[in-house]
Amino acid sequence: MESEPTKESAEAQDSLPLIEPGHTFASITDKISAIVLTSRTPRFWYIGFGLSFILVLVLLYCIAALVAVGVGLFGIMIPVAWGFAIVNFVWWIGIGHAGTLISAILLLLRQKWRQSINRFAEAMTLFAVACAGLFPLIHLGRPWFAYWLFPYPSTMGIQPQFRSPLVWDVFAVSTYFTVSLLFWFLGLIPDLATLRDRARGRVPRFIYGMLAMGWRGSAIHWYRYEMAYLLLAGLATPLVVSVHTVVSFDFAVALVPGWHSTIFPPYFVAGAIYSGFAMVLTIAIPLRKLYGLEDFITLRHLRNMGIVMLATGMVVAYGYLMETFFAWYSGDIFEKYMMLNRMFGPYGWMYWLLILFNILIPQALWIAKVRTHPVVLFLISISVNIGMWLERYVIVVVSLSRDFMPSAWGMYSGTIVDYAVLAGSIGLFVCLLFLFIRVLPMISIFEMRGLVHEEEVKNV
Amino acid sequence: MYGLIAEFDNPEALVGAAHRAFAEGFRKMDAYSPFPVEGLAEALGFHRTRVPLIVLTGGILGCLGGFFLQYWLAVIDYPINVGGRPLNSWPSFIPVTFELTILIAALSAFFGVLALNGLPMPYHPVFNVERFELASRNRFFLLIEAADPRFDSAGTRRFLENIGSHGVYEVEP
Repeated sequence: MESEPTKESAEAQDSLPLIEPGHTFASITDKISAIVLTSRTPRFWYIGFGLSFILVLVLLYCIAALVAVGVGLFGIMIPVAWGFAIVNFVWWIGIGHAGTLISAILLLLRQKWRQSINRFAEAMTLFAVACAGLFPLIHLGRPWFAYWLFPYPSTMGIQPQFRSPLVWDVFAVSTYFTVSLLFWFLGLIPDLATLRDRARGRVPRFIYGMLAMGWRGSAIHWYRYEMAYLLLAGLATPLVVSVHTVVSFDFAVALVPGWHSTIFPPYFVAGAIYSGFAMVLTIAIPLRKLYGLEDFITLRHLRNMGIVMLATGMVVAYGYLMETFFAWYSGDIFEKYMMLNRMFGPYGWMYWLLILFNILIPQALWIAKVRTHPVVLFLISISVNIGMWLERYVIVVVSLSRDFMPSAWGMYSGTIVDYAVLAGSIGLFVCLLFLFIRVLPMISIFEMRGLVHEEEVKNV
Repeated sequence: MYGLIAEFDNPEALVGAAHRAFAEGFRKMDAYSPFPVEGLAEALGFHRTRVPLIVLTGGILGCLGGFFLQYWLAVIDYPINVGGRPLNSWPSFIPVTFELTILIAALSAFFGVLALNGLPMPYHPVFNVERFELASRNRFFLLIEAADPRFDSAGTRRFLENIGSHGVYEVEP
């Protein structure tokens, strides 16, 4: 078993393994499939699933209340007509981006370290996008008309407004969910075949067999498979950039000071990757400890994810700096006031908390030892998760609360339903994750076999 | 009999064996591995796949379809006069066009690779071989079908036994 090194010099960092030596194709297969098929379900799984399921029930109750009573249960009012619901939407979509980045972009960049984390990162993307997709539906005043956003042959003869980013969002998020699902499922097929072959009971064998579609590992099938996987990665890469760009357009095409800014697309995408990697770390660090996967998700993976977080955090910091600079340089009285209000207005405390969580605390990642220390990395990832939520809140609510005319100003605060839906969505996410790790291999078995083989060939 | 299948315990042995079998003149072969092995498909004589063409076609369909959907809906079917602005506001049609390009291309990639591979195919004769269970774990296999013109029950068996395999098994149809 591997022990966590406590002192690490710069040279030793480079020698961190991608996979602990001593593993064979058989040991990898057995270890990962055992979590699903043969080991007894650990007690923490029942506790975690139970608690998150309770939150899911809370979420369902709140959604029913919202549809029955109305969207006024949220704290929204004119001028702040977009509150927690949209903040949560953007937050969850942003979190989903890291999964696609790890799966698709790191594949195109031939980064081998993606292989042990891409399966559950892609699953995280799917669940995050599912949670995100809830919010545009439940924040509608008349959610039963949500289908009007799609171009269907309407008997009323009306069609969606294709010049609106809100309609672009519909297509972008739907496409993102579908493509992520296809990519994730395609990656699962060979592993489902492994589970089918190793399952003991008749029912699991049948279910995995049907899902694996008769995959037998034929070399010709693998050839086409790899080609399709690569093409999907190539498609998913511009997709992930475009999705959060379209989400940023929800704000950028409006006139509100603090929203109408050309920096929004790259700023949002970088922020999305930042919060996404933070969530991947938040999930990976406990999972590797609880399931004994330190051999596969090594300190090198944690270090690399920490570095990506640091880099994207610096881009986000640059975004904040530029917003402040634009506000002053523009000479526009409304822009200037927007920035002063953000920093020193009634929500000013939130802005400084945001700077603390998003910029100051993650600077610890410059220190090499921090990047390979799981507990500290975990705490930093939580800090970034909170910070990115606060950032979306500052952008959405604070900008709306004070725009052009003082007569139009108004305050906003979240109601109990707002907080319950946020907690419920987190519960839904965690619940889906627990289900995933129970029934599917959370690490890509066939890619790990390929990795072991490559390391063997390299060392020969 | 459907064919004969030989078991190997490392991918290099399988690739070598596949080359030798191809050199012997066998054409109706297949190789099985628990992860993609470089050079294996080529050793079996397989070089080109139509997957990229399918994806490209899907992408083009999505692009044209997406744009013309919006054009038809915004210009012909339900035009909205907003300050006399041009109805064919093509820059604002770009995001949806782009998303639909990616969507249809991705759907083509997924269903295309499944269709070309003949999946779902829950039954295949190789599953009748008990050791084949290990093809999804840590063993590598080479199959020569009985339908191959150069197949000869005893001769092919001897050939397979002599190219580094750890066992040769009969595959029932």
